[in-house]
Amino acid sequence: MFSFISILIFLCMAVLMVRLFAGPTLYDRVLALNTFGSCTVLLIGTVGFLAGRPDFLDIALLYALINFVGTIAVLKFFRYRRLGDAAEGAESIMAPEPEEPAK
Amino acid sequence: MMVVVVDILSWASFIVGGFFLFVGSLGMVRLVDFWARLHAASIIDSAGVGLILLGMMLQGGLSLVTAKLALIVLFLFITGPTASHAVANAAFMSGSRPHDMVEDVTAETPPKKTPSKSKKTKTASAAKAPKAATAAKSSKTTRKKS
Repeated sequence: MFSFISILIFLCMAVLMVRLFAGPTLYDRVLALNTFGSCTVLLIGTVGFLAGRPDFLDIALLYALINFVGTIAVLKFFRYRRLGDAAEGAESIMAPEPEEPAK
Repeated sequence: MMVVVVDILSWASFIVGGFFLFVGSLGMVRLVDFWARLHAASIIDSAGVGLILLGMMLQGGLSLVTAKLALIVLFLFITGPTASHAVANAAFMSGSRPHDMVEDVTAETPPKKTPSKSKKTKTASAAKAPKAATAAKSSKTTRKKS
């Protein structure tokens, strides 16, 4: 049962890799990466069941959270071109201009 | 008896979830532009992941494993749509629009400098590139080419 679903998840991830590498824009890649992370969470859980060690679910839980934070971090980085001090760039949400100096 | 019923329910959940996973991944490859692919990604994020985790919860029985799986379902159901919304919002702010949008009804909202519709496919953006005079648009096209 779990080997069947693991193979299905592997198939899904392999097909998602196509979009991850061939995505014409950045946003296609980020979307595919987010979905790929969700599939990874599933795969960690099923492999844990397959190995008879459901403690792997802790790792899956952590991976779900890290995946979300990573997606948001990538989007923030590519909008502001920096990760740390976005406070002064917060007013320019409506028109992101990376070359523009901070107001 | 009970074990057989739980196994059947779990198999059904796995098979339906795997079907959604497969359909969603196929849609991620085959659909035309980013805005259509959002639907496929949402299918994987909600239907596929939810049903497969439900099947794993049925297999886990009434234990700590099921509690952890329920936590994973909760987090994924909160963070999945949020991440999809964040990606869609970032793409919208960068000036991308659906490829078959004839009249840009949302023109004046975020990018005030592009009243004309902006296409997403490679050939269309290459054809439109000389017309795009804004900084955001030109930086986007150069990023696409590199």
